[in-house]
Amino acid sequence: MTTADTAPLSYPFNIPESLELSEEYEQARNLPGLLKVRMAYGEPAWLVTRYAEARFVLGDQRFSRAEGALHDEPRQSEGRRDSGILGMDPPDHTRLRALVAKAFTVRQVERLRPQVKQLTQELLDELEAAGPPADLVDRYALPIPVAVICRLLGVPTEDRPRFRVWSDAALSTSSLTAAEFDANLEELRAYMSQLIEEHRRAPQDDLMTALIDARDVGDRLSELELVDLCVGILVAGHETTATQIPNFVLALLDHPGQLALLRERPELIGSAVEELLRFVPLGSGAGQPRYATEDIDVGGTLVRAGTPVLVAVGAANRDALRFDSPGTLDISRAGNQHLGFGHGVHHCLGAPLARLELQEALGALITRFPTLRLAGDVEWKSQMLVRGPRVMPVGW
Amino acid sequence: MTWQVEIDPQQCMASGSCAAIAPDLFAVGGAHARPLNDRIEEDERALDAADVCPAMAITVRDGERVIGPRP
Repeated sequence: MTTADTAPLSYPFNIPESLELSEEYEQARNLPGLLKVRMAYGEPAWLVTRYAEARFVLGDQRFSRAEGALHDEPRQSEGRRDSGILGMDPPDHTRLRALVAKAFTVRQVERLRPQVKQLTQELLDELEAAGPPADLVDRYALPIPVAVICRLLGVPTEDRPRFRVWSDAALSTSSLTAAEFDANLEELRAYMSQLIEEHRRAPQDDLMTALIDARDVGDRLSELELVDLCVGILVAGHETTATQIPNFVLALLDHPGQLALLRERPELIGSAVEELLRFVPLGSGAGQPRYATEDIDVGGTLVRAGTPVLVAVGAANRDALRFDSPGTLDISRAGNQHLGFGHGVHHCLGAPLARLELQEALGALITRFPTLRLAGDVEWKSQMLVRGPRVMPVGW
Repeated sequence: MTWQVEIDPQQCMASGSCAAIAPDLFAVGGAHARPLNDRIEEDERALDAADVCPAMAITVRDGERVIGPRP
């Protein structure tokens, strides 16, 4: 066992203005044990970069998220974020997750496919009418998940410009002070509380109404939990998918052979999306540290109780011990158990919805525009937890 | 009539949804969940668990027939 007395490395490794996986991960994966890293704020943490250990830490309930609230959690910005359901452990986590899980099952989500299909066609019609160059982010990648999550949750789509600003700030890693960060969250909560009141007065056939029932009739969650759950669903429900759509287009444009194969064999869209989820490291770095609640051996390193562990899923997804030719984008890859949606109790609740949106968005786009290409410089998001284009001009 | 419950450890993401719905039927231990008994009395919650499993890792059978997850 190693306990590594060396000075912690500065983290995160990835450069924000690209989708590359930093070479430092490759080195870390090949070293025995875990690496000690330090983020801009908070205490040092162990970093997990291999697949087997990533699955172990994310899946083992002796690693706690809630414990982080009692520590100086490693983080990229000064402000401490209350990560809602993502910061909870069972049984509280289970109680809340069970309330929304039914809305996001594969079966429920599949019912939305025809609507999503139609939406992609409408947006592509508008894109075509506007003519190139057009911003793929603003005209296509954002409107799809926003429309879907708004309809599902019961939020007016017209409010997109308002919650866009709050959502950006919620995922920002910039030097927002703790006070600025909290002020932003309070605005978003106030907005959601008002929508909840409207739904109380006039119930709708949507998830917000179902959650209000769970609170008012079943007393299964507090008012603040209700508000934060809706906020969480709104933010998580669109930001990541909206970012991955252009990211996946960039990755495919970067691998013309694979793009040609997908056009030739559109039935590969399912496995193509899984492979892109594996291949594209969305995050600037691992977040959401897990705290060991007892001394645990992780890949030959003794993690002491009360110590945080960061799991770099982007690195684990390129682990040669788990994936053949891990650095190759292979859209027909079989048995692709990637960690793009995480693992364990916090495994992405919206994964079935994200898959559906990504499949429909990508499939429709490359079918409509056989000569799709970049038509200008990509403007990258900066200082965000997720990486991807803020503006991406495309032509066809 | 009893049902058979199976969890594919390769598919399972250890999300714990099944144990949340029916803690007397499923438990999460280590890297994946498992049914506490392979054979159970007819129980609607087993079908609910198979439906909500984010990894679609749970199969419920009535004899030879797959009844969960529901189509």
